[in-house]
Amino acid sequence: MSPRSDPDALSRPDDHIYAPERKPDASVTQPKLGVVGWLRFAWRQLTSMRTALLLLLLLAIAAVPGSLVPQRSSDPNGVTQYFADNPDLAPVLDGFQMFDVYTSAWFSAIYLLLFVSLIGCVIPRTKHHFDALRARPPRTPVRLSRLAGYTERPLAGFETAHGASSTSSAADAAIDRAAAELRRAGYRVERYDMRGEASVSAERGYLRETGNLVFHTALLGVLVAVGIGGGFGFSGQRVVVEGQSFVNTLAAYDSFNPGRFFDDTTLDPYRLSLGELDAVYETRNQEAIGQPIDFTAHVSVQAKGGDSEPGVVKVNAPLRVHGTDVYLLGNGYAPTITVRNPDGEVVFTDAVPFLPQDANLTSIGVVKVPDGLEEQLGMVGFFYPTQTTLGSGAYTSSYPDLVYPVLTLNVYQGDLGINEGTPTSVYTLDPSSMEQLTGGSTGVESIELMPGETVELPNGLGSVSFEDVSPDAGDPDAAEGDYSQSVSRFASFDIHDDPSQGWVLAFAVLIVAGLLVSLFVPRRRMWVKAARRPDGTVVLEYAGLARGEDPGLEEAVAAFADRHANPAT
Amino acid sequence: MTLDEISIILVYSAMAVYAIAFIAYAIDLARRSAAATRAADLVGVAPSVSAPAVVAGGRAATSVGSATDATTASVPESSGTVAIERAVPSAGEAEVTGTGPATPAAPRKLGASVASGATVASVAYGRSPALRVGVAMTVIAWVLHLSADVTRGLAAGRVPWANMYEFALTGTLVITTVYLVVLVVAKYDLRFLGTFVTGLVLVLLGVATVNFYVSVVPLPPALQSAWLVIHVFVATSATGFLALGFALSVVQLMQSRRESLAASAKAVKQNFLATLPDSAALENLAYRVIIVGFILWTFTLMAGAIWAEAAWGRYWGWDTKEVWTFIIWVVYAGYIHARATRGWRGSRSAWLAIIGFSTVLFSFTVVNLFFKGLHAYSGL
Repeated sequence: MSPRSDPDALSRPDDHIYAPERKPDASVTQPKLGVVGWLRFAWRQLTSMRTALLLLLLLAIAAVPGSLVPQRSSDPNGVTQYFADNPDLAPVLDGFQMFDVYTSAWFSAIYLLLFVSLIGCVIPRTKHHFDALRARPPRTPVRLSRLAGYTERPLAGFETAHGASSTSSAADAAIDRAAAELRRAGYRVERYDMRGEASVSAERGYLRETGNLVFHTALLGVLVAVGIGGGFGFSGQRVVVEGQSFVNTLAAYDSFNPGRFFDDTTLDPYRLSLGELDAVYETRNQEAIGQPIDFTAHVSVQAKGGDSEPGVVKVNAPLRVHGTDVYLLGNGYAPTITVRNPDGEVVFTDAVPFLPQDANLTSIGVVKVPDGLEEQLGMVGFFYPTQTTLGSGAYTSSYPDLVYPVLTLNVYQGDLGINEGTPTSVYTLDPSSMEQLTGGSTGVESIELMPGETVELPNGLGSVSFEDVSPDAGDPDAAEGDYSQSVSRFASFDIHDDPSQGWVLAFAVLIVAGLLVSLFVPRRRMWVKAARRPDGTVVLEYAGLARGEDPGLEEAVAAFADRHANPAT
Repeated sequence: MTLDEISIILVYSAMAVYAIAFIAYAIDLARRSAAATRAADLVGVAPSVSAPAVVAGGRAATSVGSATDATTASVPESSGTVAIERAVPSAGEAEVTGTGPATPAAPRKLGASVASGATVASVAYGRSPALRVGVAMTVIAWVLHLSADVTRGLAAGRVPWANMYEFALTGTLVITTVYLVVLVVAKYDLRFLGTFVTGLVLVLLGVATVNFYVSVVPLPPALQSAWLVIHVFVATSATGFLALGFALSVVQLMQSRRESLAASAKAVKQNFLATLPDSAALENLAYRVIIVGFILWTFTLMAGAIWAEAAWGRYWGWDTKEVWTFIIWVVYAGYIHARATRGWRGSRSAWLAIIGFSTVLFSFTVVNLFFKGLHAYSGL
């Protein structure tokens, strides 16, 4: 069998190990390549196995820097920090898009080339595979003895078993039987009779190439689904304090990242209310005191004009409502702080989310009182759910739950810098145009409060209270010193919609299925021939041909020969 | 004594037995070298006794038969006598490799075809007492190791792979398990890999107990998922298969170097490699082990993405560990392509397998400990 008669080989890249070797013909001088010739040459190079391999390795190397340098996509704060730590190096790296490796021009170039190469390989192979699926198994080679697993068996068994009148009818019977058995084993079979020798040609494992093509096409599918489908989604973050709610509209989000093609009028304005956030911490295991065991946000969801329905959001169990997925990605305390002017009128009262700084939830928060007082007032606060004093005299929290909650406040007076309407973070205070009244170098002690306490602000500005929100607060019968309900918690919700997700999953399943089939289904040919020897006797010849990796071929041929040549058993 | 303390004692016991197994395997390798040298001497002294082809052209078309062939061919094995196994490739194969059609689709039987033409006499070698001791000790160590892993799981009340120590404990157990299973299943006698396997397991267990140990603590909420059972276990299994593929690739490179030396030089120093399968057989074995590892790794990646979607709100975010999982996947995809690329099969693809496993180890150690990311579950 000459390589050229192999219909399958042609569809593979020239340098595929099972593709026929192209022998350069030295005697013929190649004509000069025209534009088309060069394009064909370039295309052939791009779709060659060697290029695919090179691009794969290049892709692996190109992915490395993204793990060495913080990325804007996954760690924006890390990037800011990196710029602060390496003011000289960072801009240079940024010039090479090192902080956006996976969307950078060079990384994209590599994977796009890889996928072009893949398309250039898959399309002709798909076409050939369709042809191969309809083609008949090829003619039986003249000399089977050249092929893998070649073995012979006597025809004798068939002569006796079938009481055949002649050798040739016994041979026919044997080949018929072989064809039937091969067909039953999943082979596509074709009878050939050449030079008076009956034979059967069989091929199986077309699924191998199907799997291969499905695998590569599904990879392409993932890329397209991520690239295009991802553009229709959004992700947004919102902090919600216990007892408060938020409506799924653009303005309600603390931060919002729309996809390229996202239309914000498609947001479904449902209302999400946080009833209670349960946090459970380890209390018994001495090695893990205070380690979080469980966070559960009890919420209720109310569709526009509909009834509200209860729901639960946990760390590993997002709530999927109204086409969006709600994740619980963080939590903390939101002390309720009230500021009164010297006349005792409330000028500010709110549960202010404090951002956790460590595992024991030492938290920092900012209170801004823009109106109602003589000057604008700002407070930077530390909250310790279980306050202890370090040897240095500094406060810290020793346990994340509310055992001995303490709030300290540094008070600033002056211009909050929010009058111009420029957006500023609610979690930071710019003290540049303010005067510090307590804490730090002022010589005045920071304000220190426990739930339910009120103290006077310095300079007779008024008073500040740390409200106790326990349901039984103020009840004289309440257990003394039980602070477990005294401070509200907040939940930090991520709300996502990614319409590409289902597609990506479907393609991923196809990838695995295609991979399994393409690596484990052997594609092989098998032939059985009743060969006539020069002395006139007829023997059964068996041989196979591997088409791709097929370590079990020889056993398969031998096993088939054994089974077939003993028709009696 | 708590269950965890029992588990630690079992780990140390397993390590001690692994150490004995390692020594036994090493002695076996030394004996293999001696056997190979003796065989070479025998050939030199009495060429008529052994295969004449070896002397004549130094190009005996030989094959290392299956393990059983090798054992039957050797005269009383424990006595240390060795025999040169004459190549008896079946008629068909001999023709294919020699004069077969030009198509590279020519079948390659494991170990039977010596593609490069660099052919070396292989020395049949049975199972020395040292090898038997090594395997027996490995089985005992495996039982201890398994008990250690199970008691750790019982002590923690969950699957024992939720932090780096437990991952190492289970991962090494999987490596040994894969090795023992392959011993039973494979056509070739792969007991010679014992030195590598027990050595690697011993080192990793040592590092794990000394540097990674953490006491039993409850699972953080992010790990409380059924995916912990699936994703992480599949990752450890993949690591087990890829480790074995790595070992086979290393031996393959050594063997192919020896083969090319033997093809070019008249005399080649005899060492334990003479008793092992030829490089083509090793390459095929490595490939088959690695594709299993690759599929498991693909599944690891996807299961991880599904879990990340539930736990972190996105299925893929280029977190450092995700990046390295991707890199490992791409390197092994490259390996599989290299196997199918003309000019890359053989030593080049073996190097890719070695690089691939290096990235696995890098991801497990350096990335876990020093890179900032969401996979911060080492417990250290």
